[in-house]
Amino acid sequence: MELHQLTIHELQEKIRSGGVSALQIAESVFLRINAVEDRVHAYIRLMKEEAMAAAARADESIQKGDLQPLTGIPIALKDIVCTRGIPTTCGSRILHNFVPPYNATVVEKLAQAGAVFVGKANMDEFAMGSSTETSAFGPTRNPWDLERIPGGSSGGSAAAVAAGECIASIGSDTGGSIRQPAALCGVVGMKPTYGRVSRFGLIAFASSLDQIGPFTRDVEDCAIMMNVLAGYDPKESTSVRAEVPDYRQFIGRDVQGWRIGIPEEYFIEGIDPEVSAAVRNAVETIRRCGASIVEISLPHTRYCVAVYYIIAPAEASSNLARYDGVRYGFRAADARDLAEMYQMSRRQGFGAEVKRRIMIGTYALSAGYYDAYYGKASQVRALIRRDFDEAFTKCDAILTPTSPTPAFRLGEKTDDPLQMYLSDIFTISANLAGIPGISVPCGFSASGLPIGVQFLAGHFEEGKLLQLASAYEKSAAVEKRRPAL
Amino acid sequence: MDFETIIGLEVHAQLLTETKIFCNCSTEFGASPNSHTCPVCLGMPGVLPVLNKKVVEYAMKMALATNCTINGRNVFARKNYFYPDLPKGYQISQYAYPLAEHGYIMIETGEGPRRIGITRIHMEEDAGKLIHDDHNPVSYVDLNRTGVPLIEIVGEPDIRSPEEAAEYLRRLHEILVYLEICDGNMEEGSFRCDANVSIRPRGQKEFGTRTELKNMNSFRNVQRALEYEVKRQQYLVENGETIIQETRLWDDAQGVTNPMRSKEEAHDYRYFPDPDLVPVVVDQAWVAEIRSGLPELPQAKRERFIREYAISAYDAGVLTSGKALAEYYEEVVNLCGKPKIAANWVMGDVLKFLNEDRRTIRECPIAARSLADMIGLIEEGTISGKIAKEVIAGMYATGKAPREIIREKGLVQITDEGELAKTVAAIIEANPGQLADYRGGKEKLFGFFVGQVMKATQGKANPKLVNDLLRKMLAG
Repeated sequence: MELHQLTIHELQEKIRSGGVSALQIAESVFLRINAVEDRVHAYIRLMKEEAMAAAARADESIQKGDLQPLTGIPIALKDIVCTRGIPTTCGSRILHNFVPPYNATVVEKLAQAGAVFVGKANMDEFAMGSSTETSAFGPTRNPWDLERIPGGSSGGSAAAVAAGECIASIGSDTGGSIRQPAALCGVVGMKPTYGRVSRFGLIAFASSLDQIGPFTRDVEDCAIMMNVLAGYDPKESTSVRAEVPDYRQFIGRDVQGWRIGIPEEYFIEGIDPEVSAAVRNAVETIRRCGASIVEISLPHTRYCVAVYYIIAPAEASSNLARYDGVRYGFRAADARDLAEMYQMSRRQGFGAEVKRRIMIGTYALSAGYYDAYYGKASQVRALIRRDFDEAFTKCDAILTPTSPTPAFRLGEKTDDPLQMYLSDIFTISANLAGIPGISVPCGFSASGLPIGVQFLAGHFEEGKLLQLASAYEKSAAVEKRRPAL
Repeated sequence: MDFETIIGLEVHAQLLTETKIFCNCSTEFGASPNSHTCPVCLGMPGVLPVLNKKVVEYAMKMALATNCTINGRNVFARKNYFYPDLPKGYQISQYAYPLAEHGYIMIETGEGPRRIGITRIHMEEDAGKLIHDDHNPVSYVDLNRTGVPLIEIVGEPDIRSPEEAAEYLRRLHEILVYLEICDGNMEEGSFRCDANVSIRPRGQKEFGTRTELKNMNSFRNVQRALEYEVKRQQYLVENGETIIQETRLWDDAQGVTNPMRSKEEAHDYRYFPDPDLVPVVVDQAWVAEIRSGLPELPQAKRERFIREYAISAYDAGVLTSGKALAEYYEEVVNLCGKPKIAANWVMGDVLKFLNEDRRTIRECPIAARSLADMIGLIEEGTISGKIAKEVIAGMYATGKAPREIIREKGLVQITDEGELAKTVAAIIEANPGQLADYRGGKEKLFGFFVGQVMKATQGKANPKLVNDLLRKMLAG
């Protein structure tokens, strides 16, 4: 097997045994990128020069016997995390020329851990979308079927891992933007607990929902990445000072006697029958692992999408106000006065979906509407959170589909925002409740498209999720396929 | 028609913290443009605010000093609007859950003390500054001030005249400066005031339509602007015209208020809780800690001065008008034990010298110890009050101790009776006409002889001794 196809832990073993160098790994990844990137378009920007220099440095460390958790591992960064000196666009024309003078905390941590950054991965503009089609730099394609979308908004990060264009990657998840593309691209994706991974340097979409997390090829790699990413950050006020366990210890443990909750509200009509079958199959696998299945109810589930599409756009309308053409980013030429400069810069700099959400959010916060929309949505959000608190008194973790369908075709939902929004119907609740979730591959459709199963657990129970996901992964032994690119 | 004036004031005070409210940049005034900035206060993508705890403590001081209730849980909110001096497109402020509410301060009015309510005090960040090029269609943005901490003190509409408004502002200003949380500099914008004003026929319950006044940068301008605006509103009502609810800018040069362009005030700020910040939790222990650290406030100090030092309310007011001045006065009193005499010297000569040189009491060359010594020298008769005037001028000019000045200038009072008697005798002898008149019943001439003796001794004669000698010797 070629190096670019391996997992982090497999590569680490090879590095440790002296079998391969970081440079060889990086070269393998960039060769693969040369071969497939023009078809997949996972990246907005490649960082080959920086990557090769970082790989050379990693080799020096290896020579000295200094092995950090990610030494020499090629990693892609969603272009929403700020990288010092490297353009960071957030998939938007309005930031096409923005070069941050600072690193996101996760970038610092990954660099400290020895990671080699491959490039900045494509994404829906400002992470608004479920297909990576709203990127100002063109869509990413699903490596399993180039006519289909990779999911979104972290579609580039998911596709890059699936296509062998990196070993692992970083995404961000506001309503499912890690888990849904992970499911659609057949990789593992985790959204940690809100406050677990620093948001400093993550360009904000909806601040109370955004969370950074990893894409990996298996659950053990997810644990390795979480060991690097998780932890308190004094630069973020909503960062939580909770102890971070060694997540790797949860890998390979059994789940004998665990109770896994199946929420009736998540097994609704309209789910693709192949998804439904694969997920029911996953339930049986879990049972075989020695866990018991309990039926639970999350009664406010039906309000999740509505609540989300008030809170997220409301926060976004404010978060995106700073893109005004005054200090950085795109400024329209030929404006005659200040108001026109604002209007033209934002009209030309933002894409349609971003403008739609800014308008929705502005409306939801307007005088006279606040109570009916944002105020009410915040109240219902508290009820959704309470649903989960109650559910977790009855079970250790929850199992649901990740996405109601496998990857859909490019353009299929671009004219129907509501259909697009329903792609996140099973993932949004975790963001509203602030709980962690993970999507793990659970099979393929007849046409060969990957399907994912989602596990959810209580706040700061990432360890539990990893234990369950790894037990499932082992027991399910989902066929190891690779996209035929 | 007899109108009643209703005024409510909103005061913004810049807090004297060393660093900004949500980042570590310096708050220093007057640095070169944009030198005190970082990605956080520049509003760059992905950066996050972290609250400066000192800001909460300073704001709590003001809240407690103005008798407010501190909310155990208060929340930062975003006030959304576009302006080039506002890098994030929103100002972080407090809205539904402010730091403190339901306070008041007492002010002095012609009809005695009045209580003016304080609706709320909240924390927020300041915006930057635009500098417009007069010759080119270009504006520059200086973001040094962006993120400097402010408190907004929203007053109840309890004020009934422009004079009361100015008095209220002076009292608030005094408290802020006493607490050492604000430098109170109105010209540099550390202390700013907006006013809401309306009128109504006396006896009417409902408020009239109010206007909001801005751009007044001194106590005097606040009073002038309000006086103008009250007259303007009365004129409109008396002539059957309607008052428009609007924001008006004070034009200092013209002495009038003009409406702000409506476009500039048509804002819907879309406040909502800032998701990047957690609620500020203030427990009782923290409140108690801040309360115990509060200095004696001007009002309490004034009352104590009147009580303990038996000085007039006016004198107490002057002497407590600044914390440092009050401390200086008390030090002098403690050293000399003469509160009334000390009050006269501090308020008279010391403040006169300082005002002439536009100096503050902290810059006063006369040490409290020296002033106390000088008062002691007068009391024991070493110098006369008149000589003391010269001595204190010397002390102010040189910073030297009074004895040193007296020695250098030879100003010691003549208390040698024998020596003085010779001078008195010589003066009587030199003025036989006046002597005859005096003895003939013109007793007013006594003063003439005193003056002559003082002249001859260059004012150094002990006045009591001069009187005694003259009385004896004139009587023959």
